[in-house]
Amino acid sequence: MKRYLPAKWVVACLLMIFIWVTGCAKHNMSVLDPQGPVGKVQLNLLYLSTGIMTFVVIVVAVIYIYVVVRYRERPGDEEKDPPEQVAGSKKLEILWTSVPILLLIVLAIPTISTTFTLNKKPDPDHSIRINVIGYQYWWGFEYPDYKVTTSNEVHIPTGKKVEFILKAHDVIHSFWVPSLGGKEDLTPGRTTRLVLQADKPGIYEGKCTELCGASHALMRFRVVAHQPEDFEDWIASQVTPDSTPKNKQAEQGRRLFAQNCIGCHAIRGAGYKVLGRTAPELTAFSERTRIAGVLDNNRANLKSWLKNPQGIKPGNRMPAFDHLTDQQVEAMVEYLETLK
Amino acid sequence: MRIEEQTASVAGLPAEPEKATLEGKNKILGFWFFLAAETTLFATMIGTYLALKGETMNGPTPYELFKMPMVAFATLILLTSSLTSVLGIMGMHANQLKKLLQWFGITILLGAVFLGLEVYEFMEYAHEGHTFTSSAFGSSFYLLLGTHGGHVLFGVLWILGLMIQGRKKGITVHTAPKFYVASLYWHFVDVVWIFIFTVVYLMGMIP
Amino acid sequence: MATLIVIIVFALFLGAILTGGYNREYLERMQKSWIWQWITTVDHKRIGILYLLAGGFFFGVAGLEALLIRIQLMFPDNQLLTGDFYNQVLTMHGTTMIFLVALPLLFGLMNVIVPLQIGARDVAFPFLNSLGFWLYFAGGLLLNLSWLFGGAPDSGWTNYATLALNDYSPGPGINYYVLGLQIAGIGTLISGINFLVTIVNMRAPGMSYLRMPLFTWTTFVASILILFAFPPLTAGLFMMMFDRLFDTKFFAISGGGNVTIWQHIFWIFGHPEVYIIMVPAFGIFSDVISTFSKKRLFGYNSMVFATVLIGFLGFMVWVHHMFTVGLGPIANTIFAIATMAIAVPTGIKIFNWLFTMWGGRIRFTTSMLFAAGFIVTFVMGGVTGVMLAVVPANLQVHDTYFVVAHFHYVLIGGTIQGFFAGLYFWWPKMFGTLLNERLGKAHFWLFYLGHHLTFFPQHFLGLFGMPRRIFTYMKGYELEMSNLLSSIGAILMTAGVLALLYNIMLTLRKGEPAGSDPWDGRSLEWAISSPPPVYNFAQIPRVRGLDPWWLEKYEGDGTLKAAEPLGPIHMPSPNHLPFLMAMSFFISGLGFVFHSWQVGFLGLIGVAIILFVRSFEEDHGYHIQPDEWNGVES
Repeated sequence: MKRYLPAKWVVACLLMIFIWVTGCAKHNMSVLDPQGPVGKVQLNLLYLSTGIMTFVVIVVAVIYIYVVVRYRERPGDEEKDPPEQVAGSKKLEILWTSVPILLLIVLAIPTISTTFTLNKKPDPDHSIRINVIGYQYWWGFEYPDYKVTTSNEVHIPTGKKVEFILKAHDVIHSFWVPSLGGKEDLTPGRTTRLVLQADKPGIYEGKCTELCGASHALMRFRVVAHQPEDFEDWIASQVTPDSTPKNKQAEQGRRLFAQNCIGCHAIRGAGYKVLGRTAPELTAFSERTRIAGVLDNNRANLKSWLKNPQGIKPGNRMPAFDHLTDQQVEAMVEYLETLK
Repeated sequence: MRIEEQTASVAGLPAEPEKATLEGKNKILGFWFFLAAETTLFATMIGTYLALKGETMNGPTPYELFKMPMVAFATLILLTSSLTSVLGIMGMHANQLKKLLQWFGITILLGAVFLGLEVYEFMEYAHEGHTFTSSAFGSSFYLLLGTHGGHVLFGVLWILGLMIQGRKKGITVHTAPKFYVASLYWHFVDVVWIFIFTVVYLMGMIP
Repeated sequence: MATLIVIIVFALFLGAILTGGYNREYLERMQKSWIWQWITTVDHKRIGILYLLAGGFFFGVAGLEALLIRIQLMFPDNQLLTGDFYNQVLTMHGTTMIFLVALPLLFGLMNVIVPLQIGARDVAFPFLNSLGFWLYFAGGLLLNLSWLFGGAPDSGWTNYATLALNDYSPGPGINYYVLGLQIAGIGTLISGINFLVTIVNMRAPGMSYLRMPLFTWTTFVASILILFAFPPLTAGLFMMMFDRLFDTKFFAISGGGNVTIWQHIFWIFGHPEVYIIMVPAFGIFSDVISTFSKKRLFGYNSMVFATVLIGFLGFMVWVHHMFTVGLGPIANTIFAIATMAIAVPTGIKIFNWLFTMWGGRIRFTTSMLFAAGFIVTFVMGGVTGVMLAVVPANLQVHDTYFVVAHFHYVLIGGTIQGFFAGLYFWWPKMFGTLLNERLGKAHFWLFYLGHHLTFFPQHFLGLFGMPRRIFTYMKGYELEMSNLLSSIGAILMTAGVLALLYNIMLTLRKGEPAGSDPWDGRSLEWAISSPPPVYNFAQIPRVRGLDPWWLEKYEGDGTLKAAEPLGPIHMPSPNHLPFLMAMSFFISGLGFVFHSWQVGFLGLIGVAIILFVRSFEEDHGYHIQPDEWNGVES
């Protein structure tokens, strides 16, 4: 009897795990809690396939448990003749060939139709376009219709299809917002597209899902969905950003930025003649929720980022600005954290 | 196997000496499998060439580049060498070592001429700025042609080695499979060339 | 200067070995030592054991790498392995497991068992068999040398361009990957051809194709897959190598290159590759299940057909690894349907196994436990496979931990458990002793429960938004618990493997003698003594039906019928050239890794010289005379 114990234990253990991990997700990062029509359609297919497959698993499990319990060798069996050597059964074999085919047809039809629907180009009048450019460990976003650029946080209106036009600058990346819908690769030398839509305002976590180098794990981004009118406000604030220094310290920061950062980073509306494009754009930086996609945006974190970017995001292109004095760093932080 | 070999040398060779022993049969079958693998290798390279041949990066296009008369001549030479290798194997089946060596000699001579022409052709192309590193077209072209040329070179050296062996040992049930397999290889290299000629050169003539 | 010294030393070394010149006495002494005998062996049983040793070694290495990965991911924001070093560990874990562990371990069993199952004295090409092993070993060693000199490859086992090009992976790591796999790949191709010819030409009289045991059949199918899948990899690796070493433009965007070509080539190889390591495990399970159920395999013909069909379809589905590349809905749906189609022959197999057990008398030895456990694991891995074929759902879970869970379910549940089942099953045949069953069961339960604990939660990690190949994750996204459980599972699996190691050590020291047929076996290998004599069969047997040994035991007089009279047995002589050739390849590869063309070409010249030496060699083997074994065999 003792030999049966492990099997029960497994079941109990698996059940516990199941309950634990399916406990509801409160963050917008789960495939199981979609926030847009694309994610919902995909989840429904996931459920359909899970349902069909659960049926298969149950059929197999019933036969399996029966066989393993019923036909195990018992003491005294050794003396008996060996069991009958059955060659096979045409009927049974036809049965377990044809039933799976039927099940797969049930699964294949919605697969095909959904694949084609999701690939449809949205109506340009009722959608917006955003260019996404993947760089090693950060994301650049351009709004071609509004002449606005930003990075690592992309703002979209709710209830409207958004067509992301995907390009890679260096290596292959992959654009994934789990709670809005499935991903698409950004491939150097090619342009791909992905249509997503958010139903409710909120912040949705995004990830790079193709190994792209040392900080692949930290190549995160956020999708911020607004009500359409709030989105228009946001766009307006981006077209005319408030980049003037508010005080003397910030003015020093503005100058230090020009000396140290402008070759790679850009701040629009601050009177710089050059706009660096090889690192994330920092216009309206204080409105970002994250620094470099990984740290919460506050002054302490920004200071530690400036001093040791490699320690926080290994392999990124930003050098450590440890030659700056604490006072200078303060000034730079003051300037950046007042950009709106 | 020893016994078979002795009887063979006394009473003459069996009709198909390459298949007289299990080892010979294994060798030939194994070689057929090897050629199947080689086919996939070349298929991959041809596919890559087709995908990349448009990427000339402002260098010469296939249409501007290829020297058709010379390539056609080289093709003729390689096809002829296939014929001579068949004649060599016929010599082997007739148990005439001299005929075998003569025809195989002509085969590798033709192979060497083909190689010479190919090297000359590549040098011409390099002059016109079409090199291994000039563009994706160049890379895929030289990979495909170079792999084929390398096969021809290997074949020439291999058959040369076999001819030396043939002179020393004669035609036996041990050497016959080697000659036979080498001629199979030579035909294969030839067939690959026909594909290359069609896909790379003839289709390259469409502007 | 350094290169010159290397060249001179190497030339002297090669010259000395080839001529046997410098000290005859020493050479003779060396030739008598056991190490020389193992290096020069052409006996398929010994080469099989070499494969098991080397595969086991790399299994340890790659297993440690897996453990490191799980320790890093045990807690959020862990700092043990970060950034590029983590990428090196995950790349080497995958590459080693696929190329240097899964296939060689199976090759080990194939080498020992397949000739015995078809009633042959040896494989078709004993020399090439040895060459295949040594090339694999040289390639594996070269790849793992990267840990010591210059850093390991870091672009994942899929090695996608452009990340794998010089601009983004400047160290020698990817060079090791390209050259190591190239060398090991040649070895694999050679072994595949060897198995094919062995099975086609060396079967005993009466052993028709439809009487071959399933393990032989699956070896045959896997070898065909090797034949057609490895050459594309060879071509792809050449392109990658030329791009890195000679600045060609296959994948370089600036020169008009195309990175998607690498993805296509890699998966045209890669998908058949995972079947190459799955299908032989199906064969092992078929033999194990029918033996321990004391029943003939249910639906033998459809099992064979399903195997062939799976192999064939394996070439038609590579794009399902690329659904997110953006190849368009037409390509995606065609490949999705082809992928779903594979579920049908796989289902046939599952039900045939279940009905083999149905009505049988099942003995749950360790081997059978692994086989029975496999059915559960594999069904779960299989259904997630079908779910992944559903393109829109795939877009969500592609490249997440859901996929990680899926392929570990099939690869560990299939290949690794298949290997364990085969090891416990055939160990007595290989070594004449039985592995300890108590320890074996401990091994099974630890490994099996550990496996499910490790990989079941990973399905949910994927659904909760955790991409694969990331070295860290943030607190507060519901990922902590599953990751912790997963890491604990990995520790259990390690404990299971340690139990196996202890078991092997114990058994090698004082194992229980097994006798020739400890499991009441069905196929020919159980008719000869354990371990088998060097010539396997004193007389080549005549096969009278499916499961020939069972047939003779239960319907005949319990002895094999001979197909030939007693006579001298021809054996191939041992040869040291395969080892030398692999060494030359190794040196050549090492040269190219470090852009040292002289050393690289010198190695290749060494290969050419050895080829010619081999071609001129008169190797007629030797004969074992009847009186030499008359006393031994009764």
